[in-house]
Amino acid sequence: MGAVLVFCESDDKGVRSSSLPALTAGAALAKASGGPLVAVVIGKGVGAAAADAAKHASRVLAYDDAKLEAPLAETWAPQLADAVKRAGASALLGTASSTGKDILPRAAALLGAGMASDITAVVAANKFKRPAYAGNAIEEVEIGGSVVVASVRQTAFPPSAGGAAGAVETVAVGAVDALGAELVALHATQKSARPDLGEAKVVVSGGRGMREGKNFKVLEELTDLLGGALGASRAAADAGMVPNELQVGQTGRVVAPQLYIAVAISGAIQHLAGMKGSKVIVAINKNPEEPIFQVADYGLVDTWEKAIPALIAEVKKLKG
Amino acid sequence: MKILVTCKRVPNPEHKLKFGGGKIDLGAASWQLNTFDEYAVETALRLTEAGKGGARSGEVVALSIGPKDVQQQLRGVLAMGADRAILVGGDDATLDAWSVARVVKAVVEREKPDLVVLGKQAVDGDSNQVGQILAGLLGWPQATFLASIRLAADGKSATVTREVDAGVEEKRVRLPAVVTVDLRIIGKKAVRAEGLAGADAEWDESPRYASLKGIMAAKKKEIKDVTLAELGVDAAPTMKVTAYEAPPQRQAGVKVASVEELVAKLHNEAKVI
Repeated sequence: MGAVLVFCESDDKGVRSSSLPALTAGAALAKASGGPLVAVVIGKGVGAAAADAAKHASRVLAYDDAKLEAPLAETWAPQLADAVKRAGASALLGTASSTGKDILPRAAALLGAGMASDITAVVAANKFKRPAYAGNAIEEVEIGGSVVVASVRQTAFPPSAGGAAGAVETVAVGAVDALGAELVALHATQKSARPDLGEAKVVVSGGRGMREGKNFKVLEELTDLLGGALGASRAAADAGMVPNELQVGQTGRVVAPQLYIAVAISGAIQHLAGMKGSKVIVAINKNPEEPIFQVADYGLVDTWEKAIPALIAEVKKLKG
Repeated sequence: MKILVTCKRVPNPEHKLKFGGGKIDLGAASWQLNTFDEYAVETALRLTEAGKGGARSGEVVALSIGPKDVQQQLRGVLAMGADRAILVGGDDATLDAWSVARVVKAVVEREKPDLVVLGKQAVDGDSNQVGQILAGLLGWPQATFLASIRLAADGKSATVTREVDAGVEEKRVRLPAVVTVDLRIIGKKAVRAEGLAGADAEWDESPRYASLKGIMAAKKKEIKDVTLAELGVDAAPTMKVTAYEAPPQRQAGVKVASVEELVAKLHNEAKVI
Protein backbone atom coordinates (compact mmCIF):
# COMPACT_ATOMS: atom_id res chain seq x y z
CA MET A 1 0.00 0.00 0.00
CA GLY A 2 1.02 3.61 -0.51
CA ALA A 3 1.69 6.44 1.86
CA VAL A 4 -0.85 8.09 4.12
CA LEU A 5 -1.03 11.84 3.57
CA VAL A 6 -2.31 14.10 6.33
CA PHE A 7 -3.40 17.67 5.56
CA CYS A 8 -2.17 19.84 8.44
CA GLU A 9 -3.81 23.21 8.93
CA SER A 10 -1.40 25.81 10.25
CA ASP A 11 -0.81 29.37 11.34
CA ASP A 12 2.46 31.30 11.44
CA LYS A 13 3.46 29.54 14.66
CA GLY A 14 3.04 25.97 13.48
CA VAL A 15 0.53 23.18 12.94
CA ARG A 16 -2.85 23.98 14.47
CA SER A 17 -3.64 21.80 17.47
CA SER A 18 -6.92 20.83 15.74
CA SER A 19 -4.82 18.93 13.15
CA LEU A 20 -2.96 16.81 15.72
CA PRO A 21 -5.78 14.23 16.08
CA ALA A 22 -5.77 13.78 12.27
CA LEU A 23 -2.06 12.93 12.48
CA THR A 24 -2.89 10.28 15.10
CA ALA A 25 -5.58 8.82 12.82
CA GLY A 26 -3.07 8.99 9.97
CA ALA A 27 -0.52 7.04 11.99
CA ALA A 28 -3.15 4.36 12.72
CA LEU A 29 -4.01 4.15 9.04
CA ALA A 30 -0.33 4.03 8.03
CA LYS A 31 0.07 1.09 10.40
CA ALA A 32 -2.95 -0.64 8.87
CA SER A 33 -1.77 -0.07 5.31
CA GLY A 34 1.96 -0.49 5.88
CA GLY A 35 2.93 2.81 4.26
CA PRO A 36 4.78 5.88 5.56
CA LEU A 37 3.03 8.89 7.12
CA VAL A 38 3.47 12.09 5.10
CA ALA A 39 2.23 15.53 6.19
CA VAL A 40 1.29 18.36 3.86
CA VAL A 41 1.13 22.07 4.74
CA ILE A 42 -0.21 24.76 2.44
CA GLY A 43 -0.08 28.56 2.57
CA LYS A 44 2.21 31.54 2.42
CA GLY A 45 5.25 31.40 4.68
CA VAL A 46 4.62 27.92 6.06
CA GLY A 47 8.24 27.26 7.12
CA ALA A 48 7.47 27.07 10.84
CA ALA A 49 4.44 24.89 10.17
CA ALA A 50 6.47 22.50 8.00
CA ALA A 51 9.15 22.20 10.69
CA ASP A 52 6.43 21.57 13.25
CA ALA A 53 4.72 18.94 11.04
CA ALA A 54 8.07 17.14 10.68
CA LYS A 55 7.78 16.15 14.36
CA HIS A 56 4.80 13.98 13.46
CA ALA A 57 5.61 12.48 10.04
CA SER A 58 8.43 10.84 8.13
CA ARG A 59 8.14 13.37 5.32
CA VAL A 60 6.58 16.81 4.92
CA LEU A 61 5.47 18.40 1.66
CA ALA A 62 5.29 22.20 1.93
CA TYR A 63 3.30 24.15 -0.65
CA ASP A 64 4.52 27.65 0.06
CA ASP A 65 3.36 30.39 -2.28
CA ALA A 66 1.97 33.92 -2.00
CA LYS A 67 -0.95 32.88 -4.19
CA LEU A 68 -1.91 30.25 -1.60
CA GLU A 69 -2.21 32.70 1.30
CA ALA A 70 -6.03 32.47 1.53
CA PRO A 71 -7.41 29.00 2.37
CA LEU A 72 -9.60 28.74 -0.75
CA ALA A 73 -10.94 25.32 -1.72
CA GLU A 74 -10.43 26.32 -5.36
CA THR A 75 -6.66 26.74 -4.93
CA TRP A 76 -5.88 24.41 -2.03
CA ALA A 77 -7.70 21.28 -3.22
CA PRO A 78 -5.46 20.99 -6.33
CA GLN A 79 -2.36 21.16 -4.06
CA LEU A 80 -3.74 18.30 -1.95
CA ALA A 81 -4.41 16.28 -5.11
CA ASP A 82 -0.86 17.05 -6.27
CA ALA A 83 0.55 16.01 -2.90
CA VAL A 84 -1.29 12.67 -3.05
CA LYS A 85 0.35 11.92 -6.39
CA ARG A 86 3.75 13.20 -5.31
CA ALA A 87 3.72 11.10 -2.13
CA GLY A 88 2.28 8.07 -3.91
CA ALA A 89 -0.42 8.14 -1.25
CA SER A 90 -3.31 5.72 -1.01
CA ALA A 91 -5.07 7.84 1.62
CA LEU A 92 -5.64 11.54 2.30
CA LEU A 93 -6.78 12.59 5.78
CA GLY A 94 -7.52 15.89 7.49
CA THR A 95 -9.52 17.18 10.44
CA ALA A 96 -13.25 17.70 9.91
CA SER A 97 -12.88 21.41 10.70
CA SER A 98 -14.73 24.03 8.67
CA THR A 99 -11.64 24.20 6.42
CA GLY A 100 -11.32 20.41 6.10
CA LYS A 101 -15.03 19.99 5.39
CA ASP A 102 -14.77 22.62 2.65
CA ILE A 103 -11.59 21.45 0.95
CA LEU A 104 -11.25 17.66 1.41
CA PRO A 105 -14.34 16.63 -0.63
CA ARG A 106 -13.20 18.90 -3.46
CA ALA A 107 -9.78 17.23 -3.35
CA ALA A 108 -11.58 13.85 -3.44
CA ALA A 109 -13.40 15.02 -6.57
CA LEU A 110 -10.14 15.98 -8.26
CA LEU A 111 -8.65 12.61 -7.31
CA GLY A 112 -11.72 10.59 -8.31
CA ALA A 113 -11.55 9.17 -4.80
CA GLY A 114 -14.31 8.08 -2.42
CA MET A 115 -14.55 9.82 0.91
CA ALA A 116 -15.70 9.05 4.45
CA SER A 117 -16.65 12.09 6.54
CA ASP A 118 -16.07 12.53 10.23
CA ILE A 119 -14.41 9.17 10.93
CA THR A 120 -14.18 8.08 14.57
CA ALA A 121 -12.16 4.88 14.08
CA VAL A 122 -9.84 3.24 11.56
CA VAL A 123 -10.90 -0.38 11.01
CA ALA A 124 -8.65 -1.24 8.04
CA ALA A 125 -6.83 0.59 5.26
CA ASN A 126 -10.11 1.39 3.49
CA LYS A 127 -12.61 0.78 6.30
CA PHE A 128 -13.74 3.29 8.87
CA LYS A 129 -16.37 3.90 11.50
CA ARG A 130 -18.32 7.13 11.42
CA PRO A 131 -21.48 8.52 13.00
CA ALA A 132 -24.60 9.16 10.90
CA TYR A 133 -28.22 10.10 11.71
CA ALA A 134 -27.09 12.76 14.18
CA GLY A 135 -24.91 10.26 15.98
CA ASN A 136 -27.80 7.82 16.46
CA ALA A 137 -26.11 5.24 14.26
CA ILE A 138 -22.49 4.26 13.82
CA GLU A 139 -21.74 3.20 10.27
CA GLU A 140 -18.90 0.99 9.18
CA VAL A 141 -18.00 2.10 5.68
CA GLU A 142 -15.76 0.69 2.99
CA ILE A 143 -14.27 2.96 0.35
CA GLY A 144 -13.50 1.50 -3.07
CA GLY A 145 -10.81 2.66 -5.48
CA SER A 146 -7.06 3.16 -5.18
CA VAL A 147 -7.18 6.30 -3.04
CA VAL A 148 -9.38 6.96 -0.01
CA VAL A 149 -10.12 10.37 1.50
CA ALA A 150 -11.40 10.83 5.05
CA SER A 151 -12.10 13.73 7.37
CA VAL A 152 -11.33 12.96 11.00
CA ARG A 153 -13.54 13.78 13.95
CA GLN A 154 -11.21 15.77 16.16
CA THR A 155 -12.60 14.50 19.45
CA ALA A 156 -12.30 10.81 18.50
CA PHE A 157 -8.50 10.66 18.38
CA PRO A 158 -5.92 11.97 20.87
CA PRO A 159 -3.48 14.62 19.61
CA SER A 160 -0.32 13.24 18.02
CA ALA A 161 2.52 13.35 20.54
CA GLY A 162 5.26 13.90 17.96
CA GLY A 163 8.76 12.48 18.29
CA ALA A 164 9.42 12.00 14.57
CA ALA A 165 12.00 13.92 12.58
CA GLY A 166 10.71 13.97 9.03
CA ALA A 167 12.40 15.54 6.04
CA VAL A 168 10.81 18.75 4.79
CA GLU A 169 10.48 19.12 1.05
CA THR A 170 9.37 22.47 -0.39
CA VAL A 171 7.34 21.84 -3.51
CA ALA A 172 7.56 24.17 -6.49
CA VAL A 173 3.97 25.34 -6.77
CA GLY A 174 2.60 25.39 -10.31
CA ALA A 175 0.04 27.76 -11.79
CA VAL A 176 -2.65 28.70 -9.25
CA ASP A 177 -6.15 29.41 -10.61
CA ALA A 178 -8.75 30.56 -8.08
CA LEU A 179 -11.49 30.16 -10.75
CA GLY A 180 -12.79 33.63 -9.95
CA ALA A 181 -13.08 33.02 -6.20
CA GLU A 182 -11.51 35.38 -3.69
CA LEU A 183 -11.41 35.75 0.05
CA VAL A 184 -12.72 39.23 0.83
CA ALA A 185 -12.22 39.22 4.61
CA LEU A 186 -12.16 37.07 7.72
CA HIS A 187 -13.97 38.54 10.69
CA ALA A 188 -12.73 36.63 13.72
CA THR A 189 -15.56 37.00 16.21
CA GLN A 190 -14.28 35.18 19.24
CA LYS A 191 -11.20 37.17 20.11
CA SER A 192 -11.32 36.22 23.78
CA ALA A 193 -8.60 34.32 25.55
CA ARG A 194 -10.96 31.34 25.79
CA PRO A 195 -9.83 27.99 24.39
CA ASP A 196 -11.34 26.73 21.14
CA LEU A 197 -14.62 24.81 21.58
CA GLY A 198 -13.14 21.67 20.03
CA GLU A 199 -10.23 21.59 22.47
CA ALA A 200 -11.59 23.04 25.71
CA LYS A 201 -11.52 20.89 28.87
CA VAL A 202 -14.74 22.54 30.04
CA VAL A 203 -17.66 23.69 27.90
CA VAL A 204 -20.59 25.70 29.25
CA SER A 205 -23.53 25.83 26.82
CA GLY A 206 -26.77 27.78 26.94
CA GLY A 207 -30.04 26.94 25.24
CA ARG A 208 -33.36 28.43 24.28
CA GLY A 209 -34.23 28.92 27.95
CA MET A 210 -31.61 31.67 28.19
CA ARG A 211 -34.18 33.75 26.23
CA GLU A 212 -31.86 36.47 24.97
CA GLY A 213 -28.23 37.11 24.11
CA LYS A 214 -27.49 39.39 27.04
CA ASN A 215 -28.36 36.60 29.46
CA PHE A 216 -25.31 34.70 28.20
CA LYS A 217 -23.16 37.15 30.23
CA VAL A 218 -23.63 35.09 33.35
CA LEU A 219 -22.68 31.92 31.47
CA GLU A 220 -19.55 33.66 30.20
CA GLU A 221 -18.60 34.46 33.76
CA LEU A 222 -18.95 30.79 34.73
CA THR A 223 -17.08 29.74 31.58
CA ASP A 224 -14.12 32.00 32.34
CA LEU A 225 -14.05 30.95 35.97
CA LEU A 226 -13.69 27.33 34.84
CA GLY A 227 -11.23 28.20 32.05
CA GLY A 228 -13.61 26.76 29.47
CA ALA A 229 -15.26 27.58 26.17
CA LEU A 230 -18.77 28.90 25.63
CA GLY A 231 -21.23 26.90 23.56
CA ALA A 232 -24.90 27.02 22.64
CA SER A 233 -27.72 24.87 21.35
CA ARG A 234 -29.07 25.24 17.84
CA ALA A 235 -32.20 26.88 19.26
CA ALA A 236 -30.11 29.60 20.91
CA ALA A 237 -27.96 30.08 17.80
CA ASP A 238 -31.02 30.12 15.53
CA ALA A 239 -32.63 32.76 17.71
CA GLY A 240 -29.53 34.90 17.22
CA MET A 241 -28.60 34.93 20.94
CA VAL A 242 -25.03 33.92 20.06
CA PRO A 243 -22.98 33.59 16.85
CA ASN A 244 -23.53 30.33 15.00
CA GLU A 245 -19.94 29.16 15.46
CA LEU A 246 -20.76 28.55 19.13
CA GLN A 247 -23.36 26.00 18.14
CA VAL A 248 -22.74 22.52 19.52
CA GLY A 249 -24.52 19.69 17.73
CA GLN A 250 -24.99 17.66 14.59
CA THR A 251 -24.78 20.72 12.38
CA GLY A 252 -22.38 22.68 14.56
CA ARG A 253 -19.27 21.74 16.51
CA VAL A 254 -18.72 18.35 18.08
CA VAL A 255 -17.16 18.57 21.52
CA ALA A 256 -15.96 16.03 24.06
CA PRO A 257 -14.62 17.96 27.05
CA GLN A 258 -13.93 16.62 30.54
CA LEU A 259 -16.92 18.61 31.77
CA TYR A 260 -19.95 19.75 29.76
CA ILE A 261 -22.49 21.98 31.51
CA ALA A 262 -25.79 22.28 29.64
CA VAL A 263 -27.82 25.22 30.89
CA ALA A 264 -31.48 25.70 29.91
CA ILE A 265 -30.99 23.22 27.07
CA SER A 266 -33.78 20.71 26.45
CA GLY A 267 -31.52 18.10 24.85
CA ALA A 268 -32.80 17.72 21.28
CA ILE A 269 -31.31 14.77 19.39
CA GLN A 270 -29.25 17.03 17.21
CA HIS A 271 -27.69 18.77 20.22
CA LEU A 272 -26.90 15.48 21.96
CA ALA A 273 -25.05 14.40 18.79
CA GLY A 274 -22.52 17.14 19.46
CA MET A 275 -21.78 16.52 23.13
CA LYS A 276 -22.63 12.92 24.05
CA GLY A 277 -18.94 12.04 24.04
CA SER A 278 -18.20 14.38 26.97
CA LYS A 279 -16.69 12.70 30.04
CA VAL A 280 -19.00 14.30 32.59
CA ILE A 281 -22.28 15.99 31.67
CA VAL A 282 -24.14 18.37 33.98
CA ALA A 283 -27.67 19.47 33.12
CA ILE A 284 -29.30 22.49 34.70
CA ASN A 285 -32.90 22.96 33.66
CA LYS A 286 -36.08 24.00 35.42
CA ASN A 287 -38.09 21.23 33.77
CA PRO A 288 -37.22 17.76 35.19
CA GLU A 289 -38.81 16.03 32.17
CA GLU A 290 -36.36 17.40 29.60
CA PRO A 291 -34.43 14.70 27.69
CA ILE A 292 -31.10 16.33 28.61
CA PHE A 293 -31.43 14.69 32.04
CA GLN A 294 -31.34 11.24 30.42
CA VAL A 295 -27.72 11.72 29.36
CA ALA A 296 -26.55 13.85 32.29
CA ASP A 297 -24.33 12.43 35.01
CA TYR A 298 -25.52 15.16 37.34
CA GLY A 299 -28.83 16.92 36.98
CA LEU A 300 -30.00 20.00 38.83
CA VAL A 301 -33.63 21.02 38.49
CA ASP A 302 -33.58 24.79 38.83
CA THR A 303 -33.79 27.99 36.82
CA TRP A 304 -30.56 29.33 35.40
CA GLU A 305 -31.33 32.68 37.04
CA LYS A 306 -30.96 31.05 40.46
CA ALA A 307 -28.53 28.23 39.77
CA ILE A 308 -25.79 29.95 37.77
CA PRO A 309 -24.97 32.84 40.16
CA ALA A 310 -24.99 30.31 43.03
CA LEU A 311 -22.73 27.99 41.02
CA ILE A 312 -20.32 30.84 40.32
CA ALA A 313 -20.19 31.69 44.04
CA GLU A 314 -19.65 28.06 45.00
CA VAL A 315 -16.86 27.49 42.46
CA LYS A 316 -15.17 30.70 43.62
CA LYS A 317 -15.33 29.40 47.20
CA LEU A 318 -13.77 26.12 46.06
CA LYS A 319 -10.99 27.86 44.21
CA GLY A 320 -10.38 30.08 47.22
CA MET B 1 -31.05 33.97 -13.27
CA LYS B 2 -31.60 30.24 -13.43
CA ILE B 3 -31.05 28.35 -10.20
CA LEU B 4 -30.89 24.60 -9.68
CA VAL B 5 -31.66 23.49 -6.14
CA THR B 6 -31.18 19.95 -4.86
CA CYS B 7 -33.70 18.23 -2.58
CA LYS B 8 -33.29 15.02 -0.64
CA ARG B 9 -35.89 13.19 1.37
CA VAL B 10 -34.75 11.99 4.78
CA PRO B 11 -36.44 9.90 7.47
CA ASN B 12 -37.97 12.08 10.19
CA PRO B 13 -34.98 12.82 12.42
CA GLU B 14 -37.17 12.89 15.54
CA HIS B 15 -38.09 9.22 15.17
CA LYS B 16 -36.05 6.54 16.87
CA LEU B 17 -33.99 4.35 14.53
CA LYS B 18 -34.69 0.62 14.35
CA PHE B 19 -31.65 -1.62 14.03
CA GLY B 20 -31.72 -5.21 12.85
CA GLY B 21 -29.01 -7.50 11.48
CA GLY B 22 -26.46 -4.72 11.03
CA LYS B 23 -28.97 -2.63 9.11
CA ILE B 24 -31.32 0.26 9.79
CA ASP B 25 -34.95 -0.60 9.16
CA LEU B 26 -36.56 2.34 7.36
CA GLY B 27 -39.64 0.36 6.33
CA ALA B 28 -41.92 2.36 8.60
CA ALA B 29 -40.07 5.67 8.26
CA SER B 30 -41.99 8.86 7.65
CA TRP B 31 -40.13 10.89 5.06
CA GLN B 32 -39.64 14.61 4.87
CA LEU B 33 -37.51 17.10 3.01
CA ASN B 34 -34.03 17.50 4.49
CA THR B 35 -34.09 20.74 6.53
CA PHE B 36 -31.02 22.19 4.88
CA ASP B 37 -32.55 21.52 1.45
CA GLU B 38 -35.70 23.33 2.53
CA TYR B 39 -33.43 26.26 3.41
CA ALA B 40 -31.74 25.89 0.01
CA VAL B 41 -35.12 26.12 -1.73
CA GLU B 42 -35.98 29.21 0.31
CA THR B 43 -32.61 30.74 -0.65
CA ALA B 44 -33.13 30.02 -4.34
CA LEU B 45 -36.62 31.53 -4.27
CA ARG B 46 -35.45 34.68 -2.47
CA LEU B 47 -32.74 35.15 -5.10
CA THR B 48 -35.49 35.46 -7.71
CA GLU B 49 -37.68 37.82 -5.68
CA ALA B 50 -37.81 41.56 -5.05
CA GLY B 51 -38.81 40.92 -1.45
CA LYS B 52 -41.47 39.03 0.47
CA GLY B 53 -44.44 38.64 -1.86
CA GLY B 54 -42.70 40.91 -4.42
CA ALA B 55 -42.15 40.54 -8.15
CA ARG B 56 -40.19 37.53 -9.41
CA SER B 57 -37.54 37.26 -12.05
CA GLY B 58 -35.70 34.08 -12.91
CA GLU B 59 -36.34 30.38 -12.65
CA VAL B 60 -35.92 27.88 -9.84
CA VAL B 61 -35.61 24.21 -10.82
CA ALA B 62 -35.73 21.58 -8.08
CA LEU B 63 -33.86 18.29 -8.49
CA SER B 64 -34.16 15.08 -6.53
CA ILE B 65 -32.99 11.50 -6.89
CA GLY B 66 -35.05 8.63 -5.55
CA PRO B 67 -38.10 6.45 -6.06
CA LYS B 68 -41.51 7.71 -7.28
CA ASP B 69 -42.53 8.52 -3.70
CA VAL B 70 -40.17 11.51 -3.71
CA GLN B 71 -42.76 13.27 -5.89
CA GLN B 72 -44.48 14.10 -2.62
CA GLN B 73 -41.51 16.12 -1.34
CA LEU B 74 -41.03 17.72 -4.76
CA ARG B 75 -44.71 18.76 -4.85
CA GLY B 76 -44.09 20.51 -1.55
CA VAL B 77 -41.13 22.38 -3.04
CA LEU B 78 -43.22 23.37 -6.08
CA ALA B 79 -45.92 24.58 -3.70
CA MET B 80 -43.34 26.79 -1.98
CA GLY B 81 -42.80 28.42 -5.37
CA ALA B 82 -40.21 26.50 -7.40
CA ASP B 83 -41.07 26.59 -11.10
CA ARG B 84 -40.52 22.97 -12.07
CA ALA B 85 -38.85 19.80 -10.84
CA ILE B 86 -36.76 16.94 -12.11
CA LEU B 87 -36.88 13.52 -10.47
CA VAL B 88 -34.09 11.15 -11.37
CA GLY B 89 -35.20 7.60 -10.66
CA GLY B 90 -32.89 5.66 -8.37
CA ASP B 91 -32.54 3.87 -5.08
CA ASP B 92 -31.68 6.68 -2.69
CA ALA B 93 -30.69 4.21 0.03
CA THR B 94 -27.58 3.02 -1.81
CA LEU B 95 -26.36 6.26 -3.38
CA ASP B 96 -23.34 7.97 -1.87
CA ALA B 97 -22.15 11.57 -2.27
CA TRP B 98 -20.24 10.63 -5.40
CA SER B 99 -23.25 9.07 -7.12
CA VAL B 100 -25.35 12.11 -6.27
CA ALA B 101 -22.67 14.58 -7.42
CA ARG B 102 -22.35 12.75 -10.76
CA VAL B 103 -26.12 12.88 -11.29
CA VAL B 104 -26.32 16.58 -10.39
CA LYS B 105 -23.39 17.31 -12.72
CA ALA B 106 -25.20 15.61 -15.60
CA VAL B 107 -28.32 17.68 -14.89
CA VAL B 108 -26.23 20.87 -14.64
CA GLU B 109 -24.79 20.15 -18.07
CA ARG B 110 -28.30 19.85 -19.49
CA GLU B 111 -29.95 22.71 -17.65
CA LYS B 112 -26.98 25.13 -17.58
CA PRO B 113 -28.00 27.00 -14.41
CA ASP B 114 -26.16 30.14 -13.23
CA LEU B 115 -26.11 28.86 -9.69
CA VAL B 116 -26.56 25.52 -7.92
CA VAL B 117 -27.84 25.79 -4.34
CA LEU B 118 -27.60 22.80 -1.99
CA GLY B 119 -28.15 22.21 1.71
CA LYS B 120 -24.78 21.83 3.44
CA GLN B 121 -25.57 18.28 4.47
CA ALA B 122 -28.36 15.72 4.60
CA VAL B 123 -29.29 14.94 8.18
CA ASP B 124 -29.34 11.17 7.62
CA GLY B 125 -25.95 10.46 6.03
CA ASP B 126 -24.37 13.59 7.59
CA SER B 127 -21.60 13.47 4.98
CA ASN B 128 -21.45 17.12 3.88
CA GLN B 129 -19.73 16.33 0.55
CA VAL B 130 -22.03 16.65 -2.47
CA GLY B 131 -21.68 20.40 -3.11
CA GLN B 132 -17.90 20.34 -2.84
CA ILE B 133 -17.52 17.23 -5.05
CA LEU B 134 -19.91 18.74 -7.60
CA ALA B 135 -17.95 22.01 -7.72
CA GLY B 136 -14.71 20.06 -8.10
CA LEU B 137 -16.12 17.94 -10.94
CA LEU B 138 -17.50 20.99 -12.75
CA GLY B 139 -14.37 23.07 -12.14
CA TRP B 140 -16.62 25.80 -10.69
CA PRO B 141 -15.93 27.94 -7.65
CA GLN B 142 -17.69 26.92 -4.44
CA ALA B 143 -18.99 28.68 -1.37
CA THR B 144 -20.00 26.33 1.43
CA PHE B 145 -21.96 26.72 4.71
CA LEU B 146 -23.45 30.09 3.75
CA ALA B 147 -24.87 32.47 6.32
CA SER B 148 -25.71 35.06 3.66
CA ILE B 149 -25.54 35.63 -0.08
CA ARG B 150 -25.73 38.79 -2.17
CA LEU B 151 -25.99 38.40 -5.90
CA ALA B 152 -24.34 41.21 -7.90
CA ALA B 153 -26.70 43.31 -10.04
CA ASP B 154 -24.96 42.16 -13.23
CA GLY B 155 -25.58 38.53 -12.22
CA LYS B 156 -21.93 37.68 -12.72
CA SER B 157 -20.80 37.15 -9.14
CA ALA B 158 -22.02 36.55 -5.62
CA THR B 159 -20.60 37.79 -2.32
CA VAL B 160 -21.27 35.49 0.60
CA THR B 161 -20.54 35.11 4.28
CA ARG B 162 -19.64 31.68 5.64
CA GLU B 163 -19.54 30.74 9.29
CA VAL B 164 -16.20 29.05 9.87
CA ASP B 165 -14.56 27.75 13.07
CA ALA B 166 -12.60 30.99 13.49
CA GLY B 167 -15.47 33.40 12.83
CA VAL B 168 -17.14 34.70 9.70
CA GLU B 169 -15.48 34.54 6.30
CA GLU B 170 -16.51 36.81 3.46
CA LYS B 171 -15.93 35.30 0.03
CA ARG B 172 -16.72 36.36 -3.52
CA VAL B 173 -17.29 33.83 -6.29
CA ARG B 174 -17.75 34.24 -10.01
CA LEU B 175 -20.87 32.61 -11.48
CA PRO B 176 -21.66 29.94 -12.38
CA ALA B 177 -20.91 28.58 -8.93
CA VAL B 178 -21.97 25.96 -6.41
CA VAL B 179 -23.14 27.13 -2.98
CA THR B 180 -24.29 25.18 0.10
CA VAL B 181 -26.36 26.79 2.84
CA ASP B 182 -26.25 26.74 6.63
CA LEU B 183 -28.89 27.75 9.19
CA ARG B 184 -28.48 31.52 9.18
CA ILE B 185 -29.35 31.77 5.51
CA ILE B 186 -33.02 32.20 6.38
CA GLY B 187 -32.35 35.43 8.28
CA LYS B 188 -34.61 38.31 7.24
CA LYS B 189 -31.97 40.02 5.14
CA ALA B 190 -29.54 37.16 4.54
CA VAL B 191 -30.38 36.67 0.87
CA ARG B 192 -30.65 39.37 -1.77
CA ALA B 193 -30.31 39.72 -5.52
CA GLU B 194 -29.08 43.27 -6.10
CA GLY B 195 -30.85 44.96 -8.97
CA LEU B 196 -33.96 42.95 -8.18
CA ALA B 197 -34.40 43.49 -4.46
CA GLY B 198 -33.64 46.81 -2.75
CA ALA B 199 -31.44 47.12 0.33
CA ASP B 200 -34.55 47.24 2.52
CA ALA B 201 -36.04 44.02 1.10
CA GLU B 202 -36.69 41.38 3.72
CA TRP B 203 -38.38 38.06 4.27
CA ASP B 204 -39.67 36.06 7.22
CA GLU B 205 -37.16 34.49 9.58
CA SER B 206 -38.06 30.98 8.38
CA PRO B 207 -38.64 29.01 5.22
CA ARG B 208 -42.04 29.85 3.77
CA TYR B 209 -45.09 27.65 4.14
CA ALA B 210 -46.89 26.65 0.99
CA SER B 211 -50.03 28.77 0.57
CA LEU B 212 -53.28 27.23 -0.64
CA LYS B 213 -52.73 29.06 -3.91
CA GLY B 214 -49.21 27.63 -4.05
CA ILE B 215 -50.49 24.10 -3.45
CA MET B 216 -53.07 24.46 -6.23
CA ALA B 217 -50.48 25.89 -8.62
CA ALA B 218 -48.04 23.09 -7.79
CA LYS B 219 -50.48 20.50 -9.14
CA LYS B 220 -50.07 21.97 -12.60
CA LYS B 221 -46.30 22.29 -12.47
CA GLU B 222 -44.06 19.78 -14.17
CA ILE B 223 -42.15 17.01 -12.40
CA LYS B 224 -40.05 15.50 -15.14
CA ASP B 225 -39.02 11.87 -14.67
CA VAL B 226 -35.53 11.14 -15.90
CA THR B 227 -33.62 7.87 -15.72
CA LEU B 228 -29.94 7.42 -14.94
CA ALA B 229 -29.54 5.80 -18.36
CA GLU B 230 -30.97 8.90 -20.06
CA LEU B 231 -28.45 11.02 -18.20
CA GLY B 232 -25.70 8.57 -19.09
CA VAL B 233 -24.57 8.43 -15.46
CA ASP B 234 -23.05 5.51 -13.64
CA ALA B 235 -24.36 6.03 -10.12
CA ALA B 236 -22.42 3.16 -8.52
CA PRO B 237 -21.31 4.35 -5.08
CA THR B 238 -17.64 4.41 -4.03
CA MET B 239 -18.61 4.22 -0.35
CA LYS B 240 -20.49 1.18 0.88
CA VAL B 241 -21.97 0.94 4.34
CA THR B 242 -21.03 -2.55 5.49
CA ALA B 243 -22.67 -2.41 8.93
CA TYR B 244 -24.72 -0.21 11.21
CA GLU B 245 -24.73 -0.31 14.96
CA ALA B 246 -26.39 1.68 17.69
CA PRO B 247 -23.99 4.02 19.49
CA PRO B 248 -23.06 3.27 23.10
CA GLN B 249 -25.81 4.57 25.34
CA ARG B 250 -25.16 6.92 28.21
CA GLN B 251 -26.82 6.06 31.47
CA ALA B 252 -28.80 8.76 33.20
CA GLY B 253 -26.96 9.80 36.36
CA VAL B 254 -28.24 11.31 39.54
CA LYS B 255 -30.23 14.41 40.36
CA VAL B 256 -28.61 16.68 42.89
CA ALA B 257 -30.63 18.79 45.28
CA SER B 258 -28.51 21.90 45.37
CA VAL B 259 -25.66 23.80 43.77
CA GLU B 260 -23.51 22.97 46.80
CA GLU B 261 -24.06 19.26 46.27
CA LEU B 262 -23.33 19.61 42.55
CA VAL B 263 -20.01 21.36 43.13
CA ALA B 264 -19.04 18.86 45.83
CA LYS B 265 -19.76 15.94 43.47
CA LEU B 266 -17.89 17.53 40.57
CA HIS B 267 -14.92 18.15 42.83
CA ASN B 268 -14.77 15.00 44.96
CA GLU B 269 -16.46 12.32 42.85
CA ALA B 270 -15.96 13.27 39.18
CA LYS B 271 -12.81 15.28 39.91
CA VAL B 272 -13.40 17.60 36.98
CA ILE B 273 -13.22 20.93 38.85
